[in-house]
Amino acid sequence: MDFATFLIQVLNGVQYGLLLFLIASGLTLIFGIMGVINLAHGSFYMVGAYLAFWLTGALGNFWLALPAGIALAALLGIALEWLLIRHLYRRDHLYQVLLTYGLILVFEELRSLAFGDDVHGLALPAPFGFSIPLTDTLSYPVYRLAISGICLALALGMYLLISRTRLGMMIRAGSVNRDMVQALGINIGLLYRLVFALGVALAAFAGMLAAPAASVFPGMGNQVLIISFVVIVIGGLGSIRGALVAALLIGLADVFGQVVFPQISGMTVYLVMAAVLLWRPRGLFGVA
Amino acid sequence: MSDIKTKLAPSRRKFLKTAAGAATLAATALHAPFVIAQRAKVKVGFLLPYTGTYTQLGIAITNAFKLYVQENAGKLAGREIEFVQVDSEANPAKAADNTNRLVNLEKVDVIVGPVHSGVAVSMVRVTRESGTLTLVANAGAGAVTGALCAPNVFRSSFTNWQPSYPMGKVLTDRGIKKAVTLAWKYGAGEEAIGGFTENFTQHGGAIVKDLWIPFPKVEFQSLLTEIASLKPEAVFVFFAGGGAVKLVKDYAAAGLRRSVPLFGSGFLTDGVLQAQGADAEGLETTLHYGDSLILPKNLAFREIYNKTYGRYPDVYAVQGYDAAQMLGVGLDAVRGDMKAMKPLIAAIEKAEIDSPRGKFTLSKAHNPVQDIYLRKAEGGENKVTGVAHKALADPAKGCKMA
Amino acid sequence: MPAQATLRALLAAMVIALALFPLVGEKFYLQYATKIMIMAIFAMSLDLLVGYTGLVSLGHAMFYGLAGYALVLMGEAGQASLWWTLPAAMTAAALAALAVGALVLRTSGVYFIMVTLAFAQMTYFFVRDSLYFGGSDGKYLNAKPAMGLFGWHPIELENYLHRYYLTLVLTVAVYLLLRRVLGSPFGRVLVGIRDNEPRMRSLGFATFRYKLAGFVLAGALAGLAGYLTALQDGLMNPEQLGWHRSGEALVMVILGGMGTLAGPALGAAALMVLELLFSTWTKYWQLLLGAFVIAVVLFLPGGLGSLFGRRQGGGDGHG
Repeated sequence: MDFATFLIQVLNGVQYGLLLFLIASGLTLIFGIMGVINLAHGSFYMVGAYLAFWLTGALGNFWLALPAGIALAALLGIALEWLLIRHLYRRDHLYQVLLTYGLILVFEELRSLAFGDDVHGLALPAPFGFSIPLTDTLSYPVYRLAISGICLALALGMYLLISRTRLGMMIRAGSVNRDMVQALGINIGLLYRLVFALGVALAAFAGMLAAPAASVFPGMGNQVLIISFVVIVIGGLGSIRGALVAALLIGLADVFGQVVFPQISGMTVYLVMAAVLLWRPRGLFGVA
Repeated sequence: MSDIKTKLAPSRRKFLKTAAGAATLAATALHAPFVIAQRAKVKVGFLLPYTGTYTQLGIAITNAFKLYVQENAGKLAGREIEFVQVDSEANPAKAADNTNRLVNLEKVDVIVGPVHSGVAVSMVRVTRESGTLTLVANAGAGAVTGALCAPNVFRSSFTNWQPSYPMGKVLTDRGIKKAVTLAWKYGAGEEAIGGFTENFTQHGGAIVKDLWIPFPKVEFQSLLTEIASLKPEAVFVFFAGGGAVKLVKDYAAAGLRRSVPLFGSGFLTDGVLQAQGADAEGLETTLHYGDSLILPKNLAFREIYNKTYGRYPDVYAVQGYDAAQMLGVGLDAVRGDMKAMKPLIAAIEKAEIDSPRGKFTLSKAHNPVQDIYLRKAEGGENKVTGVAHKALADPAKGCKMA
Repeated sequence: MPAQATLRALLAAMVIALALFPLVGEKFYLQYATKIMIMAIFAMSLDLLVGYTGLVSLGHAMFYGLAGYALVLMGEAGQASLWWTLPAAMTAAALAALAVGALVLRTSGVYFIMVTLAFAQMTYFFVRDSLYFGGSDGKYLNAKPAMGLFGWHPIELENYLHRYYLTLVLTVAVYLLLRRVLGSPFGRVLVGIRDNEPRMRSLGFATFRYKLAGFVLAGALAGLAGYLTALQDGLMNPEQLGWHRSGEALVMVILGGMGTLAGPALGAAALMVLELLFSTWTKYWQLLLGAFVIAVVLFLPGGLGSLFGRRQGGGDGHG
């Protein structure tokens, strides 16, 4: 592999990793802070992609569809938390597994009812609908670079939110000691609702961003679900920083695995996870 | 508290037991009236994908099959036809169960389908035992008319090897000596690439690298980067349906259309040209069908299909239509008596099917012997530019009937 | 206790009903019932870990799938005898469980869940991508094993009815075996570990060894289910090793009620019967099934099994 190709593959890995981070950040918030195992997280990603497809068609503009979709996804998150999730905080984790498994089935079928079962494409949004030449044979779609840029901006935004704002402080406190936070007069129920909505919105946003590049199809949530869990476990539950590092690590492992070790490319991600966990059982940045 | 629970429990249990028993009885009983009625009609079961990357293919086959029956006023050889659809989801893991459902639960007389080669192998393993008339309307798994061939199993489509094989010589004739291949890593992909490679290397070509991606993944970015760094003289691919759309678009977005010519078996551009748009312009492929074939049967078929379904047919529709023609031929020979399997089968074996792709006959292994055309995508149509191989028959390795 | 006795009577009645089912049932339903019983074995084996030892494994299908592939590979050369292929397959599964368990049982909680998942997924990808297992399309069983002994062949496994009865007998055997094991001192220790591992350690129990033993037993029984699946379907597919399979089993256990043996069997039956029933009603059957599952979580805290009487193993949630 020559150097130029190596750099481009690194770019591919980083781009994939940043998108994974976006998906996983929502999951690590929900799991790390609320302690809820959410198997339906992949479904929220799918919801985002289909929202992008629908709203871009309805509003005529992808960039208008984005905020509209995020708002709708947040509302969905609030509704789900209020109707279903909040009944499970005091119960065994496994009931969350079961309930969110049921949600996966429901969302798949609602998707089928609303949008059918076919594969859909979404046009690359202007002004990013072109490619820039990188070598004499290869060009790179600018939209993928745009996605990476947006993900980085979002990572920064989340860091600022969690570490510099009152809300972030409450979130961090709530993950460490729920009852104490409540005793201090903070409405933990409302806090959890917000965190859940934020998590859903992040996953949906990732789906919306990815849709023009990845296409929109049934079962797309399943593929990202398991990888997202791998990312947050490697990074450490509840750690945004960990999710970023882990996502980049996984993105690079996946891309190079595909090209350098095609026989075991599927396994590379899990080998990495097993190795990390056996070395640091709590994940890279996990709190004990 | 617990005393009350214990007291209530037995009666609740009894109720549930009776309810469960009643429900099971009801479920089994509900099938009874259908069992009686179905003897009058010929039941055709479709095992096709109605979800996922191959959805459009499943729909096309179904529509075209029904079209033929419709053209004959809903009857073949005087018997009315009724249809049952099971979504195969292009998932081989569920194929045996789905086939069982059609054969043992729905008790179909004929099975039509599937698209995915892995599904076909599982399906045929079941129908060889059950003796159900099987018309494979797409899946090209060699084994179906190879090691697993059987009297009651016919194919109206192709083997994965057939449409890809001629492209090997087409490329070497143009002086191309170094090629990279790319396909989904499953039975169909492997056989298709195998067919191309066999012919290509036989005529002096060399494969630089074989690239694979698991079915049905469509993230090509890192592999396209790899192709660009390998700088071959051509790339040969096998993809179909949604995957074909994605590949063509991504290939163009990576600027590779200019630097590394792309070729494929015709599934790359059949039925998907509209979705691919300008990115597919000029793509050359080999297939046993081409939209622009100037044959009376093709012209008529295209018109009536478009009139009925609002879009022009593709190779999948042609195969579905021909499967129905084959059933018609068989039923005509036995005057509608599906129990006379032997003469029904003999009739199909001897038949010359007047297909929109051109007339074809069936090999001893029950696979079409057909011309493979060279086509070019122009203005949203696959225009036939020549015949890449005349009357190509699949070697049918391992078939005891051949 | 009256509740226990009536539960036992109910189970006995169900077994008798299953034994008589072939007199009225059609081939399709009988084959489906065979699959339900196989899943019941699989779910019960997982319950040993989840319900009784408190170890939630998302990689249990690994042992299930390995045993199934073992049968397919052993059958490559031709027809093999069940009398050695079945123990061989179960041993293979048990050895895999020993190897994996020795590594993963060092972790706990959600990390345990994820590491078991990791190993299962690695096995899935290995089987799917390597050259020896037939790839993503799977591998076929050339001939169903023979059950002859010294030239006497009363049971032909090609016959679906014989397979049905073999599976029924094995399902009952597994249930009775697990009941025995869980009632024994070994079983009590497992429950003790679930409730409070540090306390058990302080009482002098080498908890790691007990957990490992339980893990291996559960793996071997999962292997039995996998073997029967390969026998029934005549093929193995990498999907049988994947997290979907493991997740399905976990759902059956939770749905049926953890900490009871009959619960998971009931969960398996409920999930599969409802799937069949709903799919005959509508194309959108997953919607109904999903709603059903959600309803059970919200309104039946102890799972379906709680409808039939009190649990043996203790309270519902572990907080």
